[in-house]
Amino acid sequence: MATGKKFLLGVYDDEDVLVDAVVKTRQAGVKIHECYTPFPVHGLDTVLGYKPSNLPVVAFLCGMTGTTLALTMIISMLGYDWPMNIGGKPYIAFPAYIPITFEATVLLASLGMVAAFLIVANLKPFGKMFLFDARSTHNKFVMAIDLEKNHLDTNLITKILRDTGATEVNTKELE
Amino acid sequence: MIDEKYIFTGATKVKLFALMAVGAVLLLLGIWVTSSGSGNGHDGHGEKKEVASKEVKPEGGKEVKAEVKGAAEETHKPVWMLRLLKNLWHNNVFFTGISIIGVFFVAFNYVAWAGWSAALKRVPEAFGYFLPIAAILMIVVFAIAGHDLFHWTHETLYQKYLPDGKTPNPEYDEIIAGKAGFLNPTFFWIRLVGYFFLWILIWFMIRTFSLKEDIEGGVKWHDKSVIWSAGFLFVFAVTSSTSAWDWVMSVDTHFFSTMFGWYVFASWFVTGLSVVTLFVVYLKDAGYLKVINENHVHDLGKFVFAFSIFWTYIWFAQFLLIYYANIPEESIYWVERLQNPIYTPIFFMNLILNFLFPFLILMTRDAKRQTMILKVVCFVVIFGHWSDFYIMLTPGTLKGEGGFGFTTLLVELGMTMIYAGIFIFTVLWGLTRANLVPKNHPMLQESLHHHVY
Repeated sequence: MATGKKFLLGVYDDEDVLVDAVVKTRQAGVKIHECYTPFPVHGLDTVLGYKPSNLPVVAFLCGMTGTTLALTMIISMLGYDWPMNIGGKPYIAFPAYIPITFEATVLLASLGMVAAFLIVANLKPFGKMFLFDARSTHNKFVMAIDLEKNHLDTNLITKILRDTGATEVNTKELE
Repeated sequence: MIDEKYIFTGATKVKLFALMAVGAVLLLLGIWVTSSGSGNGHDGHGEKKEVASKEVKPEGGKEVKAEVKGAAEETHKPVWMLRLLKNLWHNNVFFTGISIIGVFFVAFNYVAWAGWSAALKRVPEAFGYFLPIAAILMIVVFAIAGHDLFHWTHETLYQKYLPDGKTPNPEYDEIIAGKAGFLNPTFFWIRLVGYFFLWILIWFMIRTFSLKEDIEGGVKWHDKSVIWSAGFLFVFAVTSSTSAWDWVMSVDTHFFSTMFGWYVFASWFVTGLSVVTLFVVYLKDAGYLKVINENHVHDLGKFVFAFSIFWTYIWFAQFLLIYYANIPEESIYWVERLQNPIYTPIFFMNLILNFLFPFLILMTRDAKRQTMILKVVCFVVIFGHWSDFYIMLTPGTLKGEGGFGFTTLLVELGMTMIYAGIFIFTVLWGLTRANLVPKNHPMLQESLHHHVY
């Protein structure tokens, strides 16, 4: 995010008031940048209008990579590079490879999902998080509104936030 | 909205009777064609003998008697009659499984203090009404067909010497004789009656508590239900395994697998869950169960999805260990199925219908929330597990003559339609006996506000 952007912060005391406020604010035509809460609020992502996450796609692709990798490795090793007779089974004894293939699929899918999550959530090493209001990690529920993306008057938005139950409304500039 | 009763309309009854009538016609047609001899074209006799003698070699001192005799030779009954008896047994086991899973569903939801399922719990609860019918059918069919279907019921297998006391009995089977402590008719009868006694008793108690709760309210009956449900889980943990050994595994008398109880249980469980889902969805389509929304349906879909994978896990775990250890009396089970051209296609079809299909179709969230997709998947899964039981029971009873032909399909399909008709009729009748939503269930509010992502 570019520095110098101006945000309007509505601070709420209660999660139910916040969920209600999000619905009313969006109905009034205000675009909400993001909400910050001390804990996951049930139903908040629905009223914010979030699209379902793409994480399953990442999981599927990483999982398929794991499957391919495991099968290629085992078949090339035990089938061609160093064939071994184990209990009279064929060199490429497919049923015996399934557990390992499964493990590799799960391993790569889960690692890939964690990595994707960290990258998307900007939790990468040396990544800087901008905290709008430190109290949102404690007991306050903060709704951030990007003023550049809203064409409504700041005072009007402030009034809307006040009307929906915000205990305070602050402006904050990105550093 | 909560006070609603299911009305078993005349139109529904007519449909069900039509289903049973069509089934009966198909069955009679099938019997007529197969018994007149023209139908049974696929005779796997010679092939089977060759396969069995080629694959089963004595190894490490243990000798496994390859069952090379044709099924009909052994029992002196025509093949079509044997198939009919096997078919009766097959459907008995299948539908008994579905109805006991209904009770199991109610029980584990009580024990887990699950709230989401409270509004739909009357549906699996009503499955229990089929249990007494299943018990009678099971007892009658075993009395008639037990000797033909179960190899271990032949007394000569257990006698080491012929009546003169000196000549070794050529039919003596050391392996089967070693199982005589468990596999003897007396103990089998005791177990058969015992399972049904315990199952019906506990179902009856839970059902009674539930009906009393509707009238009196409070948590007293709920607490009692939890205790009896915990008892049921304990009983079912043992009886689900032992009944699977008795009714399914002992058909292949030489074969044993410690996973088999779970395997049969998993198959029953997926089928039962699919049937619960279908009942809920169709009741909703008919305008009942208004409190059930897509969130409940989503959870039922998750159950079907998850336990399809569970079934595959059990199936594969059993297969892999036996494949790797390669002990003759264990691997004979797969030799019979994988090296016989009439069973191999059904064997692999099972894996596709019961694993790949539900796994790929039900993977996304949206698929589980759409009743149309769920209906298709549930029907496929029910058919898949029906044929799973087919592949468990047929090679042991019909030997080389167990293939699916057009005429034999008539017999199989007709009988299943009759059973399905009776089962649906009983359950719908059971649903009329009480309010469709347990209105005084302590966790009903949680169910009404159920919401999942």
